[in-house]
Amino acid sequence: MTALANPGLAAELDRSAEFNADACMNCGVCSAICPMGVEVQPRKLFRYVLLGMEDRVRAETETVFSCLLCKMCEENCPSGVHIAENVRTLRHHIDRTVFGL
Amino acid sequence: MPLPTGDVIGILADNLRLRKSVLPLSARVATKWTEGLGLPRGGETVLYSGMMYQLIPYIEGLVKAEQRLGDSWLAGLTGLGRKVNRLINISAFMARPSAAERARYDQVPINVAHLLRTAGVEFGALYEDDLYSGALAYDLGVDEVVADHARRVQAVFRKHGVKKVITIDPHTTTMLRSVYPKLLEGYDVEVRSYLEVLAEKGLVASGDGANDKLSGEVVMHDSCVFARYEGLVDEPRELLAAAGVTVRDPENARRQTWCCGGPIESLYPAKAAANAVKRVAQLRDVAPDCVTMCPMCYVNLSTAAGDTMRFTDISQYLREAYAS
Repeated sequence: MTALANPGLAAELDRSAEFNADACMNCGVCSAICPMGVEVQPRKLFRYVLLGMEDRVRAETETVFSCLLCKMCEENCPSGVHIAENVRTLRHHIDRTVFGL
Repeated sequence: MPLPTGDVIGILADNLRLRKSVLPLSARVATKWTEGLGLPRGGETVLYSGMMYQLIPYIEGLVKAEQRLGDSWLAGLTGLGRKVNRLINISAFMARPSAAERARYDQVPINVAHLLRTAGVEFGALYEDDLYSGALAYDLGVDEVVADHARRVQAVFRKHGVKKVITIDPHTTTMLRSVYPKLLEGYDVEVRSYLEVLAEKGLVASGDGANDKLSGEVVMHDSCVFARYEGLVDEPRELLAAAGVTVRDPENARRQTWCCGGPIESLYPAKAAANAVKRVAQLRDVAPDCVTMCPMCYVNLSTAAGDTMRFTDISQYLREAYAS
């Protein structure tokens, strides 16, 4: 099995001043209070981006699109991560690279 | 089983690109609420529906059709459906709400128009040029299509000389107020929710409304978008309280409100419904009557609750108190 690595993934997604996955300190508040109860998001997603793990991001496509963008996590994030906009940016990336939109 | 995510997003994006809405409505349906109101066409200040309340009964019909499709062999043909939909608007055939259902949602912009008049606001409407904002497509990350559509809306505002827009629902409010300025050059339209306008106009303080006309107790469900995107939490409470309604908060309220699940209904309706059930339990613990201020919240929560509690759009209470 080959892994799809993309060292430039974070740079590709950094298309707006609002994308700030690197501000995440991985504390887990977001995952703890997510109404959807999806453990993987958003902190692990952002780590995948920063590590260039494109295949792991793509494997979480349903998770990425299951986010409500309700900003409950963002409201309580101690690091000021723009979680909703970051997730939306991941959607844009998947729309283009996976769905061909 | 949910339908393939990429194909569903593709159909919604194609509709916005080709037909100016994720789910196209006829001009007759979209403008039905304006009948008999005598609103001038265009002008400096307009009441803008963004078609959101009118769209809800159609979106509900489409989601039900998606659920039926997802459970059938036809689910494998969604990609083909997207190709056909580019030529023929098949989504329109999948959702056909009754006139009564449509009238229920049309009542909200009608209520708002009466309330604004009572508050002394002079405004017009854009009728068939009152376009969908692109909110769902933006949430789904189809940014290029949304940017093109936003330029259409900007052109409409310029054509009609619009400088101030009064919005009704939270999704249109945040698109026009917070997203469009990031997408468009030279976009200088002032955008206010009707709840902000009513509060600013002094319906609360002036006493010319029917203070204490209403009574009873309600639980408030804050919209995520109003509360956390736009910081709008006090105005609906002030307006209801001044009308004599006792407003109580559920466990998650104001900026800590709990989402209704609606934003993912088009892709994963079962997940959306499960989330709505959790929120209904929080609301039901407080009061049997709940006030909503977003059509997506209204439909998701009322569907999840069934006949165990009642949901009413805030415009209905306000019209009874101030503009009946």
